[in-house]
Amino acid sequence: MALFRTILLRLLTTTITLFGVAVIVFVVIRVVPGNPIAMMLPPGATDADIARLQALYGLDKSIPQQFVIWLTGVMHGDFGTSISLRQPVLDLVLGRLPATLELSIFALVIAVVIGGFMALTGTRLRGTRVEAGIDVANGMALSVPDFLWGLILILLFGVLVPIFHISGRISPSIDFPFMTNFYVFESVARGRFDIWADLLAHMFMPALALAIPLAAIIGQLLKQSLKETMHLDYVTLSRTKGYGENHVIVKEALPNAVLPTLTLIGVQFTFLIGGTVIIERLFSYEGLGNMAIDAVVNRDLPLIQGIVILFALIFTVVNLVVDMTYAALNPRLRHA
Amino acid sequence: MLDGRSAIKRRAGLRLWLSGGWLLLIVLAAILAPWISPQDPLAQDLFAARTPPFWEAGSEPGFWLGADSLGRDVLTRILYGARIALIVAFVAGTLTCAVGAALGLIAGYFRGWADRIVSRLVDIWMAFPPVLFAILLIAVLGTGLTSIIIAIVVIDWTRFCRVVRAEAMNQGQMDYVASAQVAGMSRLRTMWAEILPNVLPTIVALLSLEMGIAVIVEAILSFVNLSISTDSPTWGGMIAEGRTSIHQAWWVLVFPLLTLFLTVLSFSQFGEGLKDRFDPVLR
Repeated sequence: MALFRTILLRLLTTTITLFGVAVIVFVVIRVVPGNPIAMMLPPGATDADIARLQALYGLDKSIPQQFVIWLTGVMHGDFGTSISLRQPVLDLVLGRLPATLELSIFALVIAVVIGGFMALTGTRLRGTRVEAGIDVANGMALSVPDFLWGLILILLFGVLVPIFHISGRISPSIDFPFMTNFYVFESVARGRFDIWADLLAHMFMPALALAIPLAAIIGQLLKQSLKETMHLDYVTLSRTKGYGENHVIVKEALPNAVLPTLTLIGVQFTFLIGGTVIIERLFSYEGLGNMAIDAVVNRDLPLIQGIVILFALIFTVVNLVVDMTYAALNPRLRHA
Repeated sequence: MLDGRSAIKRRAGLRLWLSGGWLLLIVLAAILAPWISPQDPLAQDLFAARTPPFWEAGSEPGFWLGADSLGRDVLTRILYGARIALIVAFVAGTLTCAVGAALGLIAGYFRGWADRIVSRLVDIWMAFPPVLFAILLIAVLGTGLTSIIIAIVVIDWTRFCRVVRAEAMNQGQMDYVASAQVAGMSRLRTMWAEILPNVLPTIVALLSLEMGIAVIVEAILSFVNLSISTDSPTWGGMIAEGRTSIHQAWWVLVFPLLTLFLTVLSFSQFGEGLKDRFDPVLR
């Protein structure tokens, strides 16, 4: 019963958050100077033409009226029509979402692998120069955001030693009839590992740029928790039982040390997804973020709205999932 | 334990000196730009277009770090770019800190309704992708220095608010706060005179970090062509331009990027160093 109430309360606050985001975007983008309708018509258009189109997109009504119309549409799964691309916003946004999700998940995997490796190596070799080196590297990786890492990667692996792609999602020469927009998953499911490799080679640089700061955070926190756990009695006990150091760290200390890191990854993952906006732009990756920037440049109000709401939805869902996982893993919270 | 402490202190000291030294250099560059720059930052010289830096073949005297595709001197533009970067860092950083810390202090210490409203606002703000939010705000406010500063304050106040709120909550439960209350101090005065000084080291470290972030935000906005007019050189604008001619003239990207990298790194390391220095446990 208590659990049910907690979930209900969470859903309620999530709804309030999403509503708040919707209101803020709605009002903010409607005070944007520059008439989106005038921008899409040829220079010779008359005022009457502009007024007619404005009425078509509902932009002649007051902001509260527009909001009610928009919200009613959303309830029915209609997010309006993009002004610059003249397609339903929902189709456009859902078409781009898989690209951004694949990039974010790939980045998360890289971050966990690098961060985990750093933490385990640092713990295994604690007190040595290697640990000090890892601390310094973590500190640097943490201080510099993904945008700069992206530029540095472009310089290193796109220009100096051109071994990775620094632009696009897939080689233009590949002509493959994808049925979904989840290219990475689909290429694996349909056994086309050559295409899969091409996709990963394109994603690697932007994903690494997104992953570096998160890897540092994971490395730092996990190493800290491992260090604390290594002093506990049960770890000493397993050591006196004759288990080797590697076994003690990975099998005994790690399961108990991983929980704080797990919670942190959740929050940090939303930051990572937020970072895709500029990283996609930097690497000309055809995802949501790239589309969002174009939408702002073109003053495409319905599209901006749709994308921001979708981002907010992803963020809140990720947070919800993390909280649930944390509750499921932590016995003290499960019965609280 | 004692040895560990002195090792951390030594490392913190080195960190403070290195990062502080670089920041001082940037401040000097910004102040002295008109006197030490070899060229005019806006002067275009198409005969000098894409002149390489001085150690490469084909370099020209006066263009130490080379010239961009319009023949403008890269070193001069980096020196002048320090002005915008530092103005954004100090003004936006301080304002963001003031707004966020004030709200966090009130929410954390007074709790109740104040906390509920502030926390809900923070939740809503955290659901926005920050870069997209910044770009949106600039589209609304129009480009220019003031718009950038406002955008940074509006987006980043939550960073201070969250941390300061949590710290103020912890401090609020300490005995010294209770004794200040018993001694007849008003709630507002307690917050100002008792809680704030104890949260200050955290705020200072965050402020230094935020200054670095502000510089990055300006660079990102320049990169998507939404920063300041092209008349004033900015590091972000130079980077955006360098990215397009990366295969023909690497120096147009590398030098401003390196400057930005070291500056952002220094701001953050300087903050961490200050925090360690003033941490009562380490002291």
